[in-house]
Amino acid sequence: MTYVFRLAQRTAAVIGATGLVLTLAACGGQSQGATGDGGTSGDGLSGEVSIDGSSTVEPLSSAAATLFRDEEPGINVTVATSGTGGGFKRFCAGETDISDASRPIKDEEIAACEEAGIEYTEIVIANDGLSVVVNPENDWLECITTEQLATIWGPDSEGTVTSWNQVDPSFPDEPLALYGAGTDSGTFDYFTEAINGEEGAIRTDYTPSEDDNLTVQGVSGATGAMGFFGLSYAEENSDSVKLLAVDGGDGCVVPSKETVQDGTYSPLGRPLFIYVNNAKYAENEALRSFVDFYLANEEQIAADALFIDLTDEQAQTAADELASLVG
Amino acid sequence: MALHTPAVATRQARLATGKRSKERTPTSILFLALLWFSLFVAFATLVALIVTTIAQGADRLDARLLTEYPSSRPEEAGARPAILGSLWVIGTTAVLAIPLGVAAAVHLEEFADRRHWFNRFIELNIQNLSAIPSIIYGMLAIGTLALIGVGNKNIVIGGALALALLILPVIIISTREALRAVPRELRHGSLALGATEVQTTWRITLPSAVPGIATGTILALSRALGEAAPLLLLGALVFISFDPNGLLSGFTTMPIQIYGWTSAPQAGFHELAAATSILLVGILLVMNALAIVIRNRYQRRW
Repeated sequence: MTYVFRLAQRTAAVIGATGLVLTLAACGGQSQGATGDGGTSGDGLSGEVSIDGSSTVEPLSSAAATLFRDEEPGINVTVATSGTGGGFKRFCAGETDISDASRPIKDEEIAACEEAGIEYTEIVIANDGLSVVVNPENDWLECITTEQLATIWGPDSEGTVTSWNQVDPSFPDEPLALYGAGTDSGTFDYFTEAINGEEGAIRTDYTPSEDDNLTVQGVSGATGAMGFFGLSYAEENSDSVKLLAVDGGDGCVVPSKETVQDGTYSPLGRPLFIYVNNAKYAENEALRSFVDFYLANEEQIAADALFIDLTDEQAQTAADELASLVG
Repeated sequence: MALHTPAVATRQARLATGKRSKERTPTSILFLALLWFSLFVAFATLVALIVTTIAQGADRLDARLLTEYPSSRPEEAGARPAILGSLWVIGTTAVLAIPLGVAAAVHLEEFADRRHWFNRFIELNIQNLSAIPSIIYGMLAIGTLALIGVGNKNIVIGGALALALLILPVIIISTREALRAVPRELRHGSLALGATEVQTTWRITLPSAVPGIATGTILALSRALGEAAPLLLLGALVFISFDPNGLLSGFTTMPIQIYGWTSAPQAGFHELAAATSILLVGILLVMNALAIVIRNRYQRRW
């Protein structure tokens, strides 16, 4: 009998342990109900807004959601980062309300959306500059032309251009060490298109990474290193990397808020987009109030997310686009 | 197993410690040095990793980490939804995987005819499944959800499905080991007294194997707790401002939140990621300790 009793005790202990985990989870659920019903302000709306897409644009959408929470705590905004392409895949399947994109929608993605009967509106939400950075000990380069960039990064340079003096004879014989965004990022698509003329065309013997912090580490680690990523990273890491001016044919331009906004930092300045599902914008009040808030506060949001805000002209275009949607 | 006769064991012990002067040949000393070096490399890496993480994250390891929601301002952000999301997903995973895994193991160990080709085929596959990269299970979960017409796949039950599939082979294998360790005499005794096979399994074999099953299950769940890859595939959220409140609720988990924060440019988010990592390691240590306690407290030797 004692044996059976002990078995029962043992089983109870294990069931108890499993139960504890579940109870903890359940408690979490209950407290949500409390906060949800509690401090509602603003229009007291409730609902859900789901955003997916580019990891470059994610900080903007997260910043918008953070600020929006203070206005409308009843609306749940979620942001995911499947990448621009992955985001459109879900957007055109009707799974998400907003798609973050670091490039305009592609033809095949438009086709997918059309097939599913999804109509959308493209809104420019901020500006971003791609920065080209080198090691702080690099003393031979302040400004680089797009031709030189193409020589360094072009697909034909693979295995052949390995030293700085091959780019320009006046440069020292320092080995090139290249770091940059990996193939899944919008930054990669954008850089390859702008520099090598064709999206995805790039030498493969560089160190790709989806994590821009690794690129910073790589570039700060070797004298002959070079890398590219969003301007915000270069500004945050100005101690460890040196930012280059870029000559796109009209002279050297240092990337900055002004030069990206006015388009002179070309071809490496770019707009960032959100795509809004038209039908959902019309019928979902939560989504409508979020998108309107996003646009109305774009300046603050861009500052929080370390991006460059819209020009007055861009902001006006976006507002007109949205106004036409409600109709 | 057959190798572990006492004589072999003693010889191995001498080789490792080099206590007998006769056996201190240069080769054995070199071998010993290599062993110590390997141990040092493994241990130093671990210590370096833990120390740097703690150094980076200690400042943010406070109550706000537990109570605040993610934010675009690192100083105001916390991991509350990620912690609750992890609990929800792991809880649901446990509910899905434990009964299935234990039942499958009981069938294979107690009832199935081991000589039949079909059962051998299943056994082989379960062994293989435990070596499959975790991201494949994420794809399997996406496919399953798409098949039953679920639009938004980033929901608690979706994540739990992927993780349950991931740890099912581990649970089945460890449960079978535990059942195998129950002496045959116990079963025979029960059957001899007139109990049916089902009664014997339910009342004698299974309860005796509970410590082993519990240990294996907790270790499997702690593996699931640290997984990010299959959940990332489901469209994991990196910003979420509400607590998960049901099986169909959107969620994020601690590994995903850590992943999201490490890719942000601001140093403040890296501190947050480190602090969340420390918390995750702490929870894993507690779970593993629980497994050890259950094993030591309830283990029987026959």
